[in-house]
Amino acid sequence: MSAIVSLSNVVKSYTRGKQTVEVLHHLSIEIAQGDFVALMGPSGSGKTTLLNLIGGLDRPSSGEVKVAGERIDQLSSGQLAKWRARHVGFVFQFYNLMPMLSAERNVELPLLLTSLSSAQRKKNVQAALTVVGLAERAKHKPAELSGGQAQRVAIARALVADPTLLVCDEPTGDLDRSTADEILHLLQVLNKDHGKTIVMVTHDPKAAEYASHQLHLDKGQLVEGDVKAAA
Amino acid sequence: MKFFPLLWATLWRRKARTIFTLFSLTAAFLLLGTLQAAHALFSGGSLNLSAPILVVQARVSFTTPLPMRLLPQLEAVPGVASVSHSQFFGGVYKDPKNFFPQFAVNPERWRKTFLECHLSDEQYQAWTTSRTAVIAGKQLAARFGWKIGDRIPLTSQIFPLKDGSRAWTFDLAGIFDDASPGSCVRQGNLYIRYDYFDEARQFGQGTGGIFVLRLSDPNLAERVSHQVDGLFENSPDETKTQTEKDFTLNFVRQLGNLNLIITWITLAVFFSILLVSGNTMSQAVRERIPELAVLKTIGFTDAGVLALVLAESLLLCVLGGLTGMLLSVGVLKVISKLPTGIPPISADGSVWLFAAASMVGLALLVGILPAFRAKNLSIIEALAVR
Repeated sequence: MSAIVSLSNVVKSYTRGKQTVEVLHHLSIEIAQGDFVALMGPSGSGKTTLLNLIGGLDRPSSGEVKVAGERIDQLSSGQLAKWRARHVGFVFQFYNLMPMLSAERNVELPLLLTSLSSAQRKKNVQAALTVVGLAERAKHKPAELSGGQAQRVAIARALVADPTLLVCDEPTGDLDRSTADEILHLLQVLNKDHGKTIVMVTHDPKAAEYASHQLHLDKGQLVEGDVKAAA
Repeated sequence: MKFFPLLWATLWRRKARTIFTLFSLTAAFLLLGTLQAAHALFSGGSLNLSAPILVVQARVSFTTPLPMRLLPQLEAVPGVASVSHSQFFGGVYKDPKNFFPQFAVNPERWRKTFLECHLSDEQYQAWTTSRTAVIAGKQLAARFGWKIGDRIPLTSQIFPLKDGSRAWTFDLAGIFDDASPGSCVRQGNLYIRYDYFDEARQFGQGTGGIFVLRLSDPNLAERVSHQVDGLFENSPDETKTQTEKDFTLNFVRQLGNLNLIITWITLAVFFSILLVSGNTMSQAVRERIPELAVLKTIGFTDAGVLALVLAESLLLCVLGGLTGMLLSVGVLKVISKLPTGIPPISADGSVWLFAAASMVGLALLVGILPAFRAKNLSIIEALAVR
């Protein structure tokens, strides 16, 4: 299968005061379309930094990041925002839903950036909420939902614009085991039945087992894993 | 419009804070609407005085009455179609708070001069038949519930009767109205007969107050004014002739430099509201930095987030501003019915335009800094806050 994510010789460093800290060291990886990859490693290993580069939230200090055939490291801030709207769905550890909006209004947010009509947006929102099994809770606000339900709403929001890639940062980090398993199972269904490519950062080896491949980082370098490593 | 539900929900994220800010904005725009309407009036912009009428007063002050002997000379000035005279009576009806303008006039001259007001022939006849007869504007009659034949006691603050009493009694013989819709601006006035008044008053016989000239052509106003004042130059009765609009404005301006006072009050109100709503917007943005970062994450551009915050600021200012302006319309209606002697005040187009510009200006001022803060925030750093 062709690579949907391709990182080549990527370096990412941050400047803190007078100090420059290199977080990723000449990293090269490829992720195939339709894959479900778990990014693992200890704290500070560079997992989230790598995820941010893949999701177009950040740019590398050097090297190439190509997603869905596009060199996103060369896009301007505005182009990158529009690219994210078209290609990436994000799921966060703490759901990051808008507390004052109902579930359906939260899910609708990415569609506000499209030219879809109000009726079409409503239809797509309903479909996304149905996929995550929350169609009945569409009118509820985040505070009225359990953690697992809130994360399902976040997944529906990530899915609703039919992105190329789902990027998940510790999606079960705030959930109990049983709820976490439900969410991971849902991600697995989205991967297998809906063909979504998923890149998930996790600390949890049990969560990683739901992925089809695992990638281990340590100190900004790939240490082991069964995803094709070009380093 | 598709962003409106998001904006609306964001505005009400902290209900109590938004309500208090809206109260402040409403109060500020209530003041602004009322004061700007007064400003427009004192500047002459909203005075509905377009009749071809000149007012001749004593040069020293309009409170100094001019003698009636000037009448033939005024009538002889080319371009003058008719001349009336008005002596301010200064009475109150039953209670000092019931003040309204009353003037002693000659009925025939009044009718020929104030063509914008309509009095039926029958009522005019009744007015000229009885010496104690008076006529009142429709608005004034409605205010006190008067009807034809009612006895109207007035206590004059200026003119006692010959016996020293100040209690005058009149009979309502007529109620005048607009000759054409909205034409008669004197509907809050009452007119008594000059002949009876002059004979019955204790002092001042032979003086007529001010003179009112109706011109055959409104374009003659400047020439006639100069000619009239020239007639009486260096005489004991020097005059000052001006349009009715200027006369009214000068009367109102006696109260002081109201426009300057209004400007300062308006500035003070705006400075306060700038601090209140500026603080609200800053807090509103500061406490939802992670949410704004999420919007950026899912694809809102920097410019889009900037526009959202500015739109929220505009929505807040327009909501508060519009409520305040609508309340000011009601307040102005109430003020206009009060017996102040000042012409009716209303919020005309210029006042609404000023208010709209103020809402937009205020929204920009209070929204621009938080909006730029939202625009410039880094997604990575903002999400790390949570």
